Amino acid sequence: MKKRRLVMRTIILLILGAAVAYSLYANLTKDTKQKVAVGEKAPDFVLTDMDGNKHRLSDYRGQGVFLNFWGTWCPPCKKEMPYINNQYQQYKDKGVQVLSVDIQESELQVRQFAEHYKLDFPIMIDTDKEVMTAYGINPLPATFLIDKNGEVVKYHTGEMTEKMVREFMEKIKP
Amino acid sequence: MNDVKCECGHVNPHGTVLCEACGKVLDETDNRKELLDMRYEGSARRSQTYNKTIIDKIWNFFSSVKVGVWLIIITLIASILGTILPQEMYINLPPDVYYEQEYGWFGKLYYQLGFHDLYGSWWYLLLIAMIGISLVICSLDRVVPLYKALKAQRVTRHEGFLKRQRVFGANSEAEQTDLETVKKHLQAKRYHVREENGDILAEKNRFSRWGPYVNHIGLIIFLFGGMLRFIPGFYVNEDLWVREGETALVPETNEQYYIKNNQFILEHYDKNNKTFEKALNRAGEVVKNYQSNVVLYQREGEKIPGEKPKLKKLEEYKIRVNQPLSFNGYSVFQSSFKTEFKAMTFALTNKSTNQAFGEVKVDLTNPQEKYDLGNGYSVELLNYFPDFEFDDNGEPSTKSRVPNNPAFIFRMNTPDKPKGETSFVAIRQTIEPFGNNTYKLAFKGIETKNVSGFIVRKDSSLWVFIIGGIIFMIGVIQGAYWNHRRIWVQRKNGQVWIAAHTNKNWYGLKRELEAILAGTKLTMPDDQLQRDKEVKEVV
Repeated sequence: MKKRRLVMRTIILLILGAAVAYSLYANLTKDTKQKVAVGEKAPDFVLTDMDGNKHRLSDYRGQGVFLNFWGTWCPPCKKEMPYINNQYQQYKDKGVQVLSVDIQESELQVRQFAEHYKLDFPIMIDTDKEVMTAYGINPLPATFLIDKNGEVVKYHTGEMTEKMVREFMEKIKP
Repeated sequence: MNDVKCECGHVNPHGTVLCEACGKVLDETDNRKELLDMRYEGSARRSQTYNKTIIDKIWNFFSSVKVGVWLIIITLIASILGTILPQEMYINLPPDVYYEQEYGWFGKLYYQLGFHDLYGSWWYLLLIAMIGISLVICSLDRVVPLYKALKAQRVTRHEGFLKRQRVFGANSEAEQTDLETVKKHLQAKRYHVREENGDILAEKNRFSRWGPYVNHIGLIIFLFGGMLRFIPGFYVNEDLWVREGETALVPETNEQYYIKNNQFILEHYDKNNKTFEKALNRAGEVVKNYQSNVVLYQREGEKIPGEKPKLKKLEEYKIRVNQPLSFNGYSVFQSSFKTEFKAMTFALTNKSTNQAFGEVKVDLTNPQEKYDLGNGYSVELLNYFPDFEFDDNGEPSTKSRVPNNPAFIFRMNTPDKPKGETSFVAIRQTIEPFGNNTYKLAFKGIETKNVSGFIVRKDSSLWVFIIGGIIFMIGVIQGAYWNHRRIWVQRKNGQVWIAAHTNKNWYGLKRELEAILAGTKLTMPDDQLQRDKEVKEVV
């Protein structure tokens, strides 16, 4: 009788405790929730670059993909773009592809920006912010490192130094 | 720690004050008082002695009504604190700047204490959760023993129990017919009458005792509904801005639904209308209607981000305030609007003669690079800054991608200046970086377009709140509009003793008793509580 009471109380407290724990957890993580987590498959997308070539992420299976989101108006983006370009030259023959996605800007601005900084890697414009939404990006610049299996290895937001860019590319070299 | 056996033979759980079966006072310390404390039938609620394990300790903590009341008071105070300054979601500056700037040291403290997001803070949530736990355990710890005690009660009660009821009286003269009459009256009043050895127990509306517990179940369902909102997809409340002419994905719909904004309409009340003239003179401009004419589309087939979706038109709708577009559990409300610059027009003009050589219209979201004006005149857009400012190095740059303050660097190619002239043009500002130009781009006009602001809402937890609310009200009604009444008519020491108990409305009980005893020799029992008061007043 007393034993049963203890078991009942334990069960009830456990159920209540679980409900409270879940609510607290959900409340604490709701703002920091990252749509694409490290270790998960990177969501596929297809965008057209400034030369009219289509790039589909899944076509780069077998290579590492350095996926960079940026805007011409964002000062850190301006700083890191030349670094990315330098390292792109070093790593493009070693199986690392750079895909750079501008968020919803005009072709004119993006082209002029690319010409100004002499960028060689493919640049695409996410006109409807669909790729940005799929990856759940808020502050720019944001960089995803995707390995040869299409899995996200690292997510970085904020400015990168040239050294970081090199380390990142080294990380996803197949 | 052992169960207590009453002299009537009934075995009561440890901690019982009044025997469940006969009502004899078991706890001797209770014997001195005049009247019995009938709360929870004197049953063994919250047995302090089961305090051995940590589980029992937690249980007993939450089982205390005192603890529950304190939890409610603390939550109330916290809720009040949250209303002193506006919460984070209602301000339009970063909170670390806003509070200090607007409210000085108090605002800073308020922000540092985390009160800017009080209702979303973990400790506020924890307080609500603890009230919920307290509610469950308090209820369980009382309803179960109460139910058992009411179920175990026998017709024949102990003398001490009867004597110490609030309404009690003894009659030496009573005839068998009187008891028959009383029984008939009781039944006529819809009492459930039980008899044992000539003793009578009449009872009605026992179910009203469960009212508070039904009410608590409703509250718990309510809290559960609040919890459901944390589950992804259960509750959606998102902003959506759509420019006129654009099609946008509706957020949180699994990329299924798209909305095209055909037109935004803003209407004011007519000033010339005689009906509203007086009011409008006092109040100024009054908006009559905010409306967005939209088309709802559903995506067909699979699609990966970046691909153009194949869309199927579902319906056209005029979204007005309080007339949302509803589909598949989602509602899209008209909530706001803004105006954006769409295009700017300039005329290529000779500064000295003021002769114009054609116009240039620059689309601000997707500008063209070259504008050919014919006859050897053309304009090139060298640089475009949608949200112009000078950066730290003093160079022109843009703050964002939104055309809030557009600026341009143009090259004007004319037959007499084959190398071209460069001109920097911003709103109310023209700079000629390479000396005096012969030509200028004179500002001609600006086109704007409206952007509708919508709120996309979905609430699958609503039905839980409705059910919780209904059960809550059932509990309130059940407990408030019926009273649990019991009347004992029993033979003790050759007399007929009458005692009565109710959980509320003693006046109603006594009136009912008078009607029941009418036409018999039995006298109306006393209200011992009232008599005591009267005695005290006389003394």
